[in-house]
Amino acid sequence: MLFDIRTIVGSLLGCYGLILVVTALVHDTAADRVRTGGWNINLWAGIGMLVAAAAFLLWVVLRPVRQLTEAEPEPADTEPPAGPSEP
Amino acid sequence: MQPLAQPPHRFDSAAAVLGSDQLRLDAAPVDYALVAVYFVFVLGIGLMARARVSSSIDFFLSGRSLPAWVTGLAFISANLGAVEIMGMSANGAEYGMPTMHYFWIGAVPAMLFLGVVMMPFYYGSKVRSVPEFMRRRFGTGAHLVNALSFAVAQVLIAGVNLYLLGSIVNVLLGWPLWVSVIVAALIVLSYITLGGLSAAIYNEVLQFFVIVAALLPLTLVGLHRIGGVSGLKDQVTARPDGAEQWHSWPGHELSGFSNNFLSVTGIVLGLGFVLSFGYWTTNFVEVQRALATHSISAARRTPIIGAYPKMFIPFIVVIPGMVAALLIPQIAELKNTGHGDATYNQSLLYLMKEVLPNGLLGVGLAGLLAAFMAGMAANISAFNTVFSYDLWQQYVIKDKPDGYYLTVGRLATVGATAIAIGTAFIAGSFSNMMDYLQTLFSFFNAPLFATFILGMFWKRMTPTAGWVGLVFGTLSAVVVFILNKAEVFHLSGQGSSFVAAGVAFVVDMVLSIAVSMWTAPKPDAELVGLVYSETPKDQLSDPDAATLPWYQRPVLLAGIALVIVIALNIFVG
Repeated sequence: MLFDIRTIVGSLLGCYGLILVVTALVHDTAADRVRTGGWNINLWAGIGMLVAAAAFLLWVVLRPVRQLTEAEPEPADTEPPAGPSEP
Repeated sequence: MQPLAQPPHRFDSAAAVLGSDQLRLDAAPVDYALVAVYFVFVLGIGLMARARVSSSIDFFLSGRSLPAWVTGLAFISANLGAVEIMGMSANGAEYGMPTMHYFWIGAVPAMLFLGVVMMPFYYGSKVRSVPEFMRRRFGTGAHLVNALSFAVAQVLIAGVNLYLLGSIVNVLLGWPLWVSVIVAALIVLSYITLGGLSAAIYNEVLQFFVIVAALLPLTLVGLHRIGGVSGLKDQVTARPDGAEQWHSWPGHELSGFSNNFLSVTGIVLGLGFVLSFGYWTTNFVEVQRALATHSISAARRTPIIGAYPKMFIPFIVVIPGMVAALLIPQIAELKNTGHGDATYNQSLLYLMKEVLPNGLLGVGLAGLLAAFMAGMAANISAFNTVFSYDLWQQYVIKDKPDGYYLTVGRLATVGATAIAIGTAFIAGSFSNMMDYLQTLFSFFNAPLFATFILGMFWKRMTPTAGWVGLVFGTLSAVVVFILNKAEVFHLSGQGSSFVAAGVAFVVDMVLSIAVSMWTAPKPDAELVGLVYSETPKDQLSDPDAATLPWYQRPVLLAGIALVIVIALNIFVG
């Protein structure tokens, strides 16, 4: 569960999303708005990452890795429904 | 990572020398915090992966247990190093849309071919590395050539990566070169010695998402700044060579051929066939990721699943380059006048500095560092496998218990890292030499593909033909390269690498066939699992292959990918 790459990616994106959203809320300067052409990109990117993080963690909960048996390790069944999760 | 086709603007030391003041980023504490969080995750993966390593197969091939989507993402991440990202955005800035060929023509078809045709032999024969396949098919002559050249190339390329990382961190943040070189090397060393291939692969998957998280907002903001896709199109097509830059075909500026037919042929055959098939189907850095899966069908799906994101990566790599050429005065000046303070290689860095606010800037930095380290880690994890199994176990000390080779692998990792650090410092003094070396390594690939494909489908091909074809194929590419450098004939753009690779491929094929006629082939019994005609069909697929759901069937997935990439060429290109 902890050493499931989906958990790891989800947690990192979650941390990043959180930091970016907080940064966007406490530090939204006019100079930054000039850079981004008026967008509060930290906020939107942060929200995007939080959504992606939630999707990964939900995937872990909905399709947990099958328990490995002691004698003959079975392959972990974590195939996605075809294709990449995010291009 | 190895440059696919010696891109016209491979990211090199020139980027670090020029414009170092102009590129200094105003990194805030929040940016450093984001980079630090990433490093905590990287090391955490190494520590957690260690608990799972109990045999050499665990260490070198992740216990052959990973699901295909994980290895598929690692497959493209191993190649998506910073050299690739910066080099391809530089090409985007200079050539525009024809750069898409490096992905749609120069990668996807070869990845699908690897999955559909070649992977059953690699995985089905239970070899532990690509050179090991070489040894079983052709004996020790070809094996030594392949294993040694691969091992040397990997360590030196890791060193070049390390040097570039150090020089970029120096330019962006002002840290001394040696600090970032040693810190980055120690981080890579610790997670690979701890967790082996699993740690490398998990970090590659993580890196993939960090890179997307950094480049996607960069692309969107960049596009927003110049008026969206229509703004980009208007400004690109307003240039004198606008039509050439906005359409990927026929790509004269990229190929260096002014004739339409020659240009398209050059791109399809040179880039799309000899160069890319040579790189993607025989490079153990890539194939190793697929060998880490649990079944033949998962191994075949690895490059095929990787092909899907690979098709869309250029949108967040090439487009930022094109935007930078319009938005950044220094790059625009370079493009309009042909000279200036900046180099194309700096396009992505300039764009990051121009449009990203603190916060996302940290994500961008983390993404770049991630890309450098994952590139190096991929080289080192492939090196330690080849060194331990193919060189040490085969030629130096045989028949020791498994745990011994696990220790050898860990020590090899330490040794490779030390050599890479040394190479990084040498590269700082002799940067031109490093560029030539990288070019030289790219010559190993085209003849390799010829030897493999002939060896897999023609049982008559002999062991002698194996090494003769490889050696003389590579030499012929070197000769073409030197003749071009010496201006005996002149081909600009990518023309010279297309021709060098093409010649190497043909020489290898012709020599292999000729030599096979005069020497003795291996007995058929020794070719089971290695040559198509001698291998029972059930050895090339899983027992449950017929019962897989549609989305796990390699050939169907490859077909869908092929349709999408053709559609991209028609509708976007």
